[in-house]
Amino acid sequence: MSEPPGAAVSLTEAPPSATDAPSKPLAAQRVLPLRRPGRWIATAVVLVLAAQFVHGLVTNPFYQWDRFGYWFLRPTILDGLLVTLEVTAYSAVLGLLGGILLALARLSKSPVLRAVSWIYIWTFRSIPLIVILLFLYNFSALYQTLSVGVPFGPAFFTFDESRLATDIVVAVVGLSLNQAAYAAEAVRGGILSVDQGQHEAAAALGLPKGYQFRKVVFPQALRSITPNYVNQLIDLVKATSLVFYVSLLDLFGAAQTMGATYPGDIVPLLLVVTVWYLILTTVVSVVQFYVERYFARGATRTLPPTPLQKLRTAVSDLRDRVRREAAV
Amino acid sequence: MSTETLQIVPAAVEVHDVHKWYGSHRVLDGVDLTVRAGEVTVILGPSGSGKSTLLRVVNHLEKPEIGYVSVNGELIGVRKQGDHLKELSERAILAQRSNIGFVFQNFNLFPHLTVLENVAAAPVATGKLDRDEAHKLARELLDRVGLADKETAYPRQLSGGQQQRVAIARALALRPGVILFDEPTSALDPELVGEVLAVIKDLAKSGTTLVIVTHEIGFAREIADRVVFIDGGKIVEQGPPSEVLDKPRHERTRDFLSKVL
Ligand SMILES: Nc1ncnc2c1ncn2[C@@H]1O[C@H](COP(=O)(O)OP(=O)(O)OP(=O)(O)O)[C@@H](O)[C@H]1O
Ligand SMILES: [Mg+2]
Repeated sequence: MSEPPGAAVSLTEAPPSATDAPSKPLAAQRVLPLRRPGRWIATAVVLVLAAQFVHGLVTNPFYQWDRFGYWFLRPTILDGLLVTLEVTAYSAVLGLLGGILLALARLSKSPVLRAVSWIYIWTFRSIPLIVILLFLYNFSALYQTLSVGVPFGPAFFTFDESRLATDIVVAVVGLSLNQAAYAAEAVRGGILSVDQGQHEAAAALGLPKGYQFRKVVFPQALRSITPNYVNQLIDLVKATSLVFYVSLLDLFGAAQTMGATYPGDIVPLLLVVTVWYLILTTVVSVVQFYVERYFARGATRTLPPTPLQKLRTAVSDLRDRVRREAAV
Repeated sequence: MSTETLQIVPAAVEVHDVHKWYGSHRVLDGVDLTVRAGEVTVILGPSGSGKSTLLRVVNHLEKPEIGYVSVNGELIGVRKQGDHLKELSERAILAQRSNIGFVFQNFNLFPHLTVLENVAAAPVATGKLDRDEAHKLARELLDRVGLADKETAYPRQLSGGQQQRVAIARALALRPGVILFDEPTSALDPELVGEVLAVIKDLAKSGTTLVIVTHEIGFAREIADRVVFIDGGKIVEQGPPSEVLDKPRHERTRDFLSKVL
């Protein structure tokens, strides 16, 4: 910045060094990319190992790929998958909503709300999920009716427990209670990451409190909430396998039951479950990429490229490079 | 340029014996200030003298422990109850702020909204205009600050000077009776200061009440009707620029001016 004007070095005037072709000005010389032989060796080693692994996976009779093919799209398995998806979807949405409320309570000015939220989060992060699920399961068997009202006073609503508490409700409630406690921390972290100046600008403009949160703070918070929450979502997808213990046949439960009936097929059934969970996680990750990209609007000067755009630039770069190499 | 939608009714501001403490640290120590409608007031003072705090008290981003502020005779953030001043609800305070624009040193634009949405947000959110009217107003205001071609850009895609001009348009969108500027050019590269000052000058000419904290003495001399010099949370002296800037009566004012000029 404070460079004196005379100090600028003009490349074309640089004295030719002894090793260079003396006639060519430096600016016209091509820069040779650095060769990295180590990288090529490492690549070769990894490729060999990967090929070995895949070969083993495919040819080892232990995996019984024909049985895998038989089970993969069986109705029992697909029914289980549907239960998994259903429980995950409900718990993800309810957990996030609960998490937002808990986070707002935790950040509120009211000491009572703050304490309630803190105790909730503390409790549900401490109790193992399976314990919560079994509690709820037995609770629903224990109490025939559940009423909402003043303690020891009149009841406002009464649910017939046995009707309400179908197994799926128990599963969703249990997972949501657990999920909300973790989501609360992700949401709180996101809200805290929003610059104080944003709150001040919103307040100075006189924007109503609810509008400030919905349109100014929360959309910006979502940028850092998303990766954290997706992490929990992936945990949740797998945590749904615990609902098997409250007699709900999810993907894992279905495979487990089939495995009990066909003991010889346990390994291919576990493979079926693995592949389905891989697919679910992949879908979540792809959605995450686009959601994050959406929330990055305005946060960066240019949006990160989508994989398709990346591929396209890579191909055109390669083409340019080949053309350049050919020209020299 | 000054179509009907841009009409602003200038407001008068009165700061009455305001005291403000942070813990045991007294930041404002009995500030009295009268700003007449349509007047341009420039506040000068050394760092830490309480200039920002004073501006923030005016729109009640900070609550004074003693004293009050009124805009066009209406108390800000409090109401009279017998001999006391009682704090208003948050909702009422937010409503009062739409008559008081504020322009921050760091712009504080909403980064996830486009330039047009930044400017149009407040009139829509406060129920003053519907979406189409707000967008029309926002376009006119962007035109006025010379950014008509940037309405679809996001704030981070603009230069600092452009961002500050958007922030001024955003403050204008509520047609406030008074606009407060807290060092509007301090975060800008020197070559961008001029474009922002030009917009503020234009506002000053149009008769809006402005209260500006700045270190740009030349600019103060040019546009201020009154210059106020603050030190240690107190107004040391005030008057037209020809007096305060050219013939300061107080040693501290002279001292400060000799340092910034
Ligand atoms: N939230 C706070 N808590 C404690 N002290 C504060 C707080 N905000 C400001 N202060 C103190 O109050 C005094 C006045 O601050 P203020 O920001 O009003 O100064 P200023 O005149 O605007 O200075 P500058 O020119 O540097 O912006 C300073 O001494 C500052 O340290
Ligand atoms: Mg300041």
